[in-house]
Amino acid sequence: MTTRIDARFAALKKEGRAALVTFTVAGDPDYATALAILKALPKAGADVIELGMPFTDPMADGPAIQAAGLRALKAGQNMHKTFTAVHEFRGGDDATPIVLMGYYNPIYIYGVDKFLADAKAAGVDGLIVVDLPPEEDLELCLPAIKAGLNFIRLATPTTNDKRLPTVLKNTSGFVYYVSITGITGAAAPDTGKVAEAVARIKRHTKLPVCVGFGVRTAGHARAIAQSADGVVVGSALVEAVRQSLGADAKATSATMPAVTDLVRKLAAGVRGAQRVFMQP
Amino acid sequence: MQSQIDGSVSLTLLSGVKRELRLRRGREKESRMTVQQLNSFRTGPDEHGHFGIYGGRFVAETLMPLILELESAYAQAKADPAFTKEMDGYLTHYVGRPSPLYFAERLTAHCGGAKIYLKREELNHTGAHKVNNVLGQILLAQRMGKKRIIAETGAGMHGVATATLCARFGLECIVYMGSVDVERQKANVFRMNMLGAKVVPVESGSKTLKDAMNEALRDWVTNVESTFYCIGTIAGPHPYPMMVRDFQSIIGRETREQLQAAEGRLPDSLIACIGGGSNAMGLFHPFLDERGIEIYGVEAAGHGLDTGMHAASIAGGRPGVLHGNRTYLLMNEDGQINEAHSISAGLDYPGIGPEHAWLNDVGRITFLSATDDEALNAFQLLSKLEGIIPALEPAHAIAKVLELAPGKPKDHLMVVNLSGRGDKDLDSVARHLEGRVR
Repeated sequence: MTTRIDARFAALKKEGRAALVTFTVAGDPDYATALAILKALPKAGADVIELGMPFTDPMADGPAIQAAGLRALKAGQNMHKTFTAVHEFRGGDDATPIVLMGYYNPIYIYGVDKFLADAKAAGVDGLIVVDLPPEEDLELCLPAIKAGLNFIRLATPTTNDKRLPTVLKNTSGFVYYVSITGITGAAAPDTGKVAEAVARIKRHTKLPVCVGFGVRTAGHARAIAQSADGVVVGSALVEAVRQSLGADAKATSATMPAVTDLVRKLAAGVRGAQRVFMQP
Repeated sequence: MQSQIDGSVSLTLLSGVKRELRLRRGREKESRMTVQQLNSFRTGPDEHGHFGIYGGRFVAETLMPLILELESAYAQAKADPAFTKEMDGYLTHYVGRPSPLYFAERLTAHCGGAKIYLKREELNHTGAHKVNNVLGQILLAQRMGKKRIIAETGAGMHGVATATLCARFGLECIVYMGSVDVERQKANVFRMNMLGAKVVPVESGSKTLKDAMNEALRDWVTNVESTFYCIGTIAGPHPYPMMVRDFQSIIGRETREQLQAAEGRLPDSLIACIGGGSNAMGLFHPFLDERGIEIYGVEAAGHGLDTGMHAASIAGGRPGVLHGNRTYLLMNEDGQINEAHSISAGLDYPGIGPEHAWLNDVGRITFLSATDDEALNAFQLLSKLEGIIPALEPAHAIAKVLELAPGKPKDHLMVVNLSGRGDKDLDSVARHLEGRVR
């Protein structure tokens, strides 16, 4: 049986275009607004949804996503509410893949077996856990595969050819190529280098390769989508949430449109790359 | 149920998964058995960096290749007599080792029980035990060709030690320090600047040691090719807990020789304060297999364990994963990390080294805790009795000596690690004592 992730990438391949993968943080700036954003993402052009599980100490994230996580935690977000949001989303959308992304401690404390069962039941398709390299596969990766969830691994500029097979071994769904050595929301990647890296990873795997970290604008997205199977945008969306907040740091009527407008522009960028991509 | 993985048939993968999960269950069972049948407490970690269930390598993929490179570079250095010789030379002539093992006669008389020795790590160059480890790591960084050194610091002693050795070897040095700590340890910030290091105040989270470590890890992820991360305690991803312990173990090895010379025998008890736990492990590790020796680690109880305002991970935490390792952590029911509290910036961390976590579980180390007030009292008492102003960190250990020593016989030999000197704490102690001292 293929997962929603496999089905979505297969369909996009037929369309001949890359995926727009969006990242927002569950519960940011509050549960209800975050859920409304989540539900609006597919229509605005998100092909795959990454939903951040907030954590107090996100060691691979830049200031934008750190702040988003703290906003969500302050508003009372927890793992249970994240699953509830996914479940509510699934009530209206059974096709768009949802990938939970975060750090291991909240999962470990929730309980690995319970986490996997609840994630599966809520309609989660895959997991990205930043601080679980292949060396720690026994923790969550292998149990997740057994539970029928895709475990999506990050490959980075430091993952050389010798190490790539180790990284790819238990990876499924797609490979997330981190375009820079750095934290989320840092400098924009060099698209030429990204294309080389994607080609290098593709020599080792048939899985789709999505590229993220530092992608902010429709222009970046278009350029990356020429060579990658998907473009991940996170910090820019999370920053749009922040800029829309009122003086009391609460959501305003501008919050949801701020995110969906940017997603629409990014989607146009990704789809605009189709023509370039299709030409020899 | 499986998606297709990289074109291979999913069934093969699934059976592989089942086999590996069986292996894991086996390993956990084995680990429980080992606890009962341990021949030695000194053989850890295993090749994956585990001390029982603790330790490991929970880091972003960007760092993983470098961590493997570091592991291999350290293994080579450890086996190279030239590395040991170089270290020994600097330890003698630059750090000033061996540090004295000093019989604290008046403290002993005051307590009226155990014969108390102080291991004088505060007399090392830079004023604390931190330099032992930094020297090792900087020499290793040199071997690895890294020219840019980053470090996190709490009280500033690790930062000062790192800045010092970077000055000595002409390396660029960036120290991350929580802005709260920058404020309460101004003297050390000035020292680091004087030594040519750049101190970066960290404004995120609780603005203390935990956040400084987050920020250092973020720097490392960004500058991974050029940069060596000099971690100050026996925490972080493997091989750091093992490597830092090895560098600090000179404290215990010297103590063993010095006490043999002074008393003709081994100690009866050892005691040290524990934040991450490097000074404690440095003293304890060479003695772990002498099972008759009582070993006490003293955590910071802040305002009191029942107030929630403390930094005692063993007493008030539970196992979780942070900063590259599994260990006891202070956190809420959702696995979100709590802010630690201690009067001592060096103990103000919501975790503890993984080897301590394991030694707690197997019952080899007894963990105690001392409050801010107990540490302040001990700070003043040692100053007046022995003419030695301790740092607030080892003042926590002294506080428990005052409780333990009176109950011991007069021939009981107790060694306390006096891990740092108190100059850096004078301003903040003065503030705390305002209105209390005549």
